[in-house]
Amino acid sequence: MSLQHYLIVSAILFVISMAGIFVNRRNVLVVLMSIELMLLAVNTNLIAFSKYLGDVQGQVFVFFILTVAAAEAAIGLAILVVLFRNKKTLEVKEINELEG
Amino acid sequence: MMISPELFQQLIFYVFATFTVGSAMAVISVKNTIYSALFLVLCFFNTAVLWLLIEAEFLAITLVLVYVGAVMVLFLFVVMMLDVKQAKASQLKQSYTKAAILIAAAMLVELMMLFGYKLSGQIPTNELIRQEQGYSNVQEVGMELFTHYVYPFEIAAVVLLVAIVAAIMLTLRKRDGNKQMDAAKQININPAERVRIVSMKAEKGHGQDRGEES
Repeated sequence: MSLQHYLIVSAILFVISMAGIFVNRRNVLVVLMSIELMLLAVNTNLIAFSKYLGDVQGQVFVFFILTVAAAEAAIGLAILVVLFRNKKTLEVKEINELEG
Repeated sequence: MMISPELFQQLIFYVFATFTVGSAMAVISVKNTIYSALFLVLCFFNTAVLWLLIEAEFLAITLVLVYVGAVMVLFLFVVMMLDVKQAKASQLKQSYTKAAILIAAAMLVELMMLFGYKLSGQIPTNELIRQEQGYSNVQEVGMELFTHYVYPFEIAAVVLLVAIVAAIMLTLRKRDGNKQMDAAKQININPAERVRIVSMKAEKGHGQDRGEES
């Protein structure tokens, strides 16, 4: 498999997840999932380039991105739980004011 | 008819890349949030196979363990806990679907032009590096991680710790009527406040009388 194959797959994944953020007027959960997909596309890119250059540092970076993404998902979901307790909704349309 | 290993590899790549893209599209277009979480799990599995194909075994397994095993289970827990209402068709219609498709298509066309036209001479089309037998991806990543990147590695551990504490603190809720003990109060108690000695006359109870008779 050449580098180009992987670049194209990850570009398509990235574009799909970006469209997902725009399309979504339902709930914030799907927006968070789209962000996870975006990170996945970026990771695929990094691994493909790491293999292409024969340098393992790209894979180490993917490892760190996975760590930070897991932390981000945990905190994001905790914030969503608190938001749902206060507002009783997760619709993007309803969440438009700053005060809790 | 024998299939050559190269052809077999390409076949696997195209099948799993198609599944990846298809499940990613399902994630953003399915109405039920639980289904979109499950499609995201499918997408992660297929991407792990794509990573295995270019010999990034450690990260492929990590993706399955960390994402599918931990993060997506967390997502599913939250989806089921929060009782999110399903979107109605009319709600979807008035969304920004057209704008989103326009933006996504424009970006996709740009990227494909970049890969197919501008960079067509510069990106080499040869195979990604193949390692000989006995090569260990885990060993290589581990050597790099614990020598050059040991300091960032420890910072990553601290980031995870902060995430745990933050997630617990955010969702912690104090209920009324909780019979929780306050450790500081318990330690700081003074015996003089606790035991009160009252002087009073000794009373003659019935039990005492009976005891004398027998």
